[in-house]
Amino acid sequence: MMKNFNTLYLIFAILSGLILLFIIAPLLGMFFLTSGKDIIETVKDTEVTDSIWLTIRTSMLGTLLFSVGVVPLAYVLSRKKFYSRKLIIGILNLPVVIPHTAAGIALLGVLSRDTISGSIAEKLGFSFINSSAGIMLAMAFVSLPYLLTAAIDGFNAVPVRFEKAAMNLGASHFRTFFTITLPLAWRPIFSGLIMMWARGMSEFGAVIIIAYHPMTTPVMIFERFNSYGLQYARPVAIIFIVICLILFIVLRFFSRNKIDARN
Amino acid sequence: MLEIKNISKNYPDFQLKNISFTVEKEDYYVLLGASGTGKSLLLEIISGITAPDSGNIFLDGNDITYKKTQDRKIVLVFNDRVLFPHLTVFDNIAFPLRYRKKRHTEIKEKVTELANLVEIEHLLYRKPGTLSGGESQRVALARVLAAQPKCLLLDEPLSNIDTQLRYDLRGLLRKINRHGQTIIHVTHDYEEAISLANKIAVLEDGKIIQYGTPENIFLYPKSEFIAKFIGVKNFFRGKLLSSDNSHALRLFETSGLEFYVLSAEDEGEGFLLVSAENVIISNAAIESSSRNMFKAKVIDVFPAKMGMEIVTDMGIKMTSIVSHESVKKLDLKKGREIWVSFKASAAKFIKL
Repeated sequence: MMKNFNTLYLIFAILSGLILLFIIAPLLGMFFLTSGKDIIETVKDTEVTDSIWLTIRTSMLGTLLFSVGVVPLAYVLSRKKFYSRKLIIGILNLPVVIPHTAAGIALLGVLSRDTISGSIAEKLGFSFINSSAGIMLAMAFVSLPYLLTAAIDGFNAVPVRFEKAAMNLGASHFRTFFTITLPLAWRPIFSGLIMMWARGMSEFGAVIIIAYHPMTTPVMIFERFNSYGLQYARPVAIIFIVICLILFIVLRFFSRNKIDARN
Repeated sequence: MLEIKNISKNYPDFQLKNISFTVEKEDYYVLLGASGTGKSLLLEIISGITAPDSGNIFLDGNDITYKKTQDRKIVLVFNDRVLFPHLTVFDNIAFPLRYRKKRHTEIKEKVTELANLVEIEHLLYRKPGTLSGGESQRVALARVLAAQPKCLLLDEPLSNIDTQLRYDLRGLLRKINRHGQTIIHVTHDYEEAISLANKIAVLEDGKIIQYGTPENIFLYPKSEFIAKFIGVKNFFRGKLLSSDNSHALRLFETSGLEFYVLSAEDEGEGFLLVSAENVIISNAAIESSSRNMFKAKVIDVFPAKMGMEIVTDMGIKMTSIVSHESVKKLDLKKGREIWVSFKASAAKFIKL
């Protein structure tokens, strides 16, 4: 019995190791295959740094703007058990399962200049096509389900009794939401925000269809690879990965501190 | 002050049927019933968290049946307290104060006052997750009092709490009631009901089957359910006398009689419960470990669920349950003179 048990774990450990290697090897390989000189030169390239900054900024802005709608939507979907609830959740998760270039094409259909939204934007003096506004929408379109799912899970984990108790103690529904429900669901919502932001930054397919320029970093990596080859694409990829990792680790650290202060 | 009129609510597994009762100001009203009789649901309806299917609730003459829970001033302490886990004890207690836009110093003053009342000053900056059951119940009480309810609803507030702490908490609830707070308290524990209530309603199967003072309910149970549920035939109101040594025998005085009892309670008014199974009947005075022995007369003999019930008169009525064999052997019948005895340890004193 004991022997079987050990054999099982041995086999599983080997399989797990292979999976781990599969993820780590390409990433590490990229670092080893790139010279420090190339990286330093790329860091000095303002075209690259501008692009990274644009990507981080646009995705963050989109995440924050859309969270104003997505978080309340998640609350409604968590609390109200109406008939079409599952259908609505399914629809909102569609962007995860459809090819992102297809998502981009679909989005283009409602944002291009000859559409209602496109012409309204034009009258207001901007365009969604080839602009950071368009990039933001493309990023949000494909990354919003991550925030939505996390926020629904977060709200589901807050017992309704807490809200009932708060309202019975005299708090309005609004006050109950902001002082009880939202703080208690904050941790999953915060990781949802990070996920949405990260997913938005890495988006390529939908973004390249809406806007080739201004160039987000994933598009730039593709463009450099296409025009100059692997050697020129790699340093950009490395810098982008490192910056993203640093940002996420810092954010995770902050959110953990906040939660640990609870008890 | 608070009038519950014909409240009904249907759920698939149980229901409340035409519940009506009236609570006067400063009452300590206990709803007594086995678990699953819809007691918690009734409190949720009174507090406005759940709407009834039919019936009305009047507070000071105004119909509040469909008034929002925020505006009712009838506040519920849930069975599991529901303290907000992300807020400190201080912020939990301050929660009902903050929405009234009180000044910071005012809030601090009020929280300190309430913390003093429930004796948790030392816990104010802890998080609820670190509190024991008794401590969180005290915090929940302080928080609910901060909302200044006209009527306070308690759902099994003393369950899941250690025995000693339960006595302390009973004292606290009594104190809060004596400060003028009207309380409705639901429980399945008749001891709790006796020791706290000035009025009791007994719930069975979603209906109120009897109301009245504790004496009334326990001495004259209207149904077999109450009698069985309460399970006490010998129930005397009286006074426990003081003692220098809490381990020694104590004296309990009632209607001119004195019983020896074992109790660690302080002296004072209360009820003495002697279960009928523990009352011994003999033909002559016997030497035994029973400290209480009285000459008495049999005034009634009738079959009980198990064995026979013998009602005796020894100045007060004392009931004993004995086997059919004993009835034959001792020739127990109406008018017969016998001796009644019970051990001091078989008598249970419940302080008021």
